[in-house]
Amino acid sequence: MSDVAAFEHAWQARGRRRRRDALAGGAALLVLLAASFVVSEINPARLAEGLPGIARYAAGTLPVLRPRTLVADLGEWYWGLGRWLVLLGDTLLIAFAGTVLGALAAALLSFPASRTLARGRAVYFVARRGLEIARTVPELVYALIFVYAFGLGPLPGVLAIAVHSAGALGKLFAEANENADLGPLDGLYAAGATWAIGMRYAIVPQVLPAFLSYTLLRFEINVRASAVLGFVGAGGIGHELYTVIRQFIYVDISAIVLLLIATVVVIDLACERLRHRVIGALA
Amino acid sequence: MIVPPPLDVAAARHLAPAAFARPLGARLRRAGAWLVFLAVLAVALWRVDLSPARLIAGIGKLGWLLALMMPPAHNGWLAEFSWAMLQTVAMALAGTALAMIAAVPLGFLGARNVVPVGLLHFGFRRVSDGLRGVDTLIWALMFVNAVGLGPFAGVMAIAVSDAGTLGKLFAEAVENVDRRPVEGVRAAGASRLQAIRFAILPQVFPVLLSHVLYYLESNTRSATILGVVGAGGIGFQLAERIRLNHWNEVAFIILMILAAVTAIDACSKAVRLRVIRGAP
Repeated sequence: MSDVAAFEHAWQARGRRRRRDALAGGAALLVLLAASFVVSEINPARLAEGLPGIARYAAGTLPVLRPRTLVADLGEWYWGLGRWLVLLGDTLLIAFAGTVLGALAAALLSFPASRTLARGRAVYFVARRGLEIARTVPELVYALIFVYAFGLGPLPGVLAIAVHSAGALGKLFAEANENADLGPLDGLYAAGATWAIGMRYAIVPQVLPAFLSYTLLRFEINVRASAVLGFVGAGGIGHELYTVIRQFIYVDISAIVLLLIATVVVIDLACERLRHRVIGALA
Repeated sequence: MIVPPPLDVAAARHLAPAAFARPLGARLRRAGAWLVFLAVLAVALWRVDLSPARLIAGIGKLGWLLALMMPPAHNGWLAEFSWAMLQTVAMALAGTALAMIAAVPLGFLGARNVVPVGLLHFGFRRVSDGLRGVDTLIWALMFVNAVGLGPFAGVMAIAVSDAGTLGKLFAEAVENVDRRPVEGVRAAGASRLQAIRFAILPQVFPVLLSHVLYYLESNTRSATILGVVGAGGIGFQLAERIRLNHWNEVAFIILMILAAVTAIDACSKAVRLRVIRGAP
């Protein structure tokens, strides 16, 4: 067999193998998908019945806005604007307090949870597992339990966000710590510094910009999260939204949801600018 | 040995003022930023009513709940819980698949290099933004009202909110493709559609797949709580057990969620690595 023929042969065999793999993978995926549709009770009849229902629902939430009486119509649509803005402010404060408390806990826990910095394997293991559990349980589950323990209101919301954020941020902070240069730490240890002093003066200055940047990102995420904590009684705009959705006050739904989207967009933009400034100022 | 030339402090201060003290303006700005931060924090803590007494009482009650949770037990509900967990994973899978189907056209139409009409791609981008600006749980609550209780509402909630997110990510991936293959295929006489198929799709496909897998993982997490508002899955069981004060079953369900999320993470990581590396 000539070289060219051998190459052609090998090339075709490779092509056949790839096609076979793609087919097998595709078939497995299709079976998995079909199973998931069956288990989650989706079928064409259900879709045909449900999708128009969703469209009707969406159309129902739209307000009546006539060009001639636009101002009055807008006023009627946003009749509760003052109250909603106060509730929205509460939601932002819940996100803020939760993020700050969570970031503080994460910063403290991230040093023992860094492989390169932890004193002893047991400390490292405990800190890592603790952070893992804190971030794997969703905020809403914490909120459900905390509402039971602390009573209705924004406090359980703040704590739920703080615990979940501590887990999520702690992992990111620990990764930043592990990437820090250990030279300054060796220098401090050689000069007789304790572990805590070493962390404060050798590692913190290196990782602070990363910490701040991650915390600002987390704040954006937490604003979205805190908006729904009110569903389970943990304060903010969520409870109002829950009420109007459950009571089919259609027009209020679109008013509050649009207000929420606008808030999220503004917070995202503001945080992005702040993040660039923080990185620029400290780096 | 090199001996540095003698330099008196005044001359050094003159040469490098920033090494001795930050300028007054910078110090004031920093102090102002701290002041604003602490003031907002104080307002927040006052507004959420974080008093030590309340905190201590709550932590005491939390300890009592933790004691009630021990030992985690299913009390004969294992079959129901397992089915609900399976339903949660299925909801995530079905929702992500539907989101992907919706996001592919949204992504291509939202990309500047596919749709040169500014207004059109701007419009598609804003639709994506609106869809993902609303939390999945809000969609779930609305869909429960529109189509009734059950996992169908949860699947639709995941599909709608992720169609927005994936649509945006797809549009960015499509905008970042290398232009040269497109020009080459076009020069060989391909139509616009053929150029998308043979020049853009092969470049973006691995990126799309890795995003989809990542969202499958994150959707499994969000699917666990959709049941709290009645949209099927393990969250419904969880909320129900809390309402009934069956705390050791609550603990059991939380452990199930931990195990399932960890397992999905591991699977998705393995598949993602294979896809990104490009299996030979």
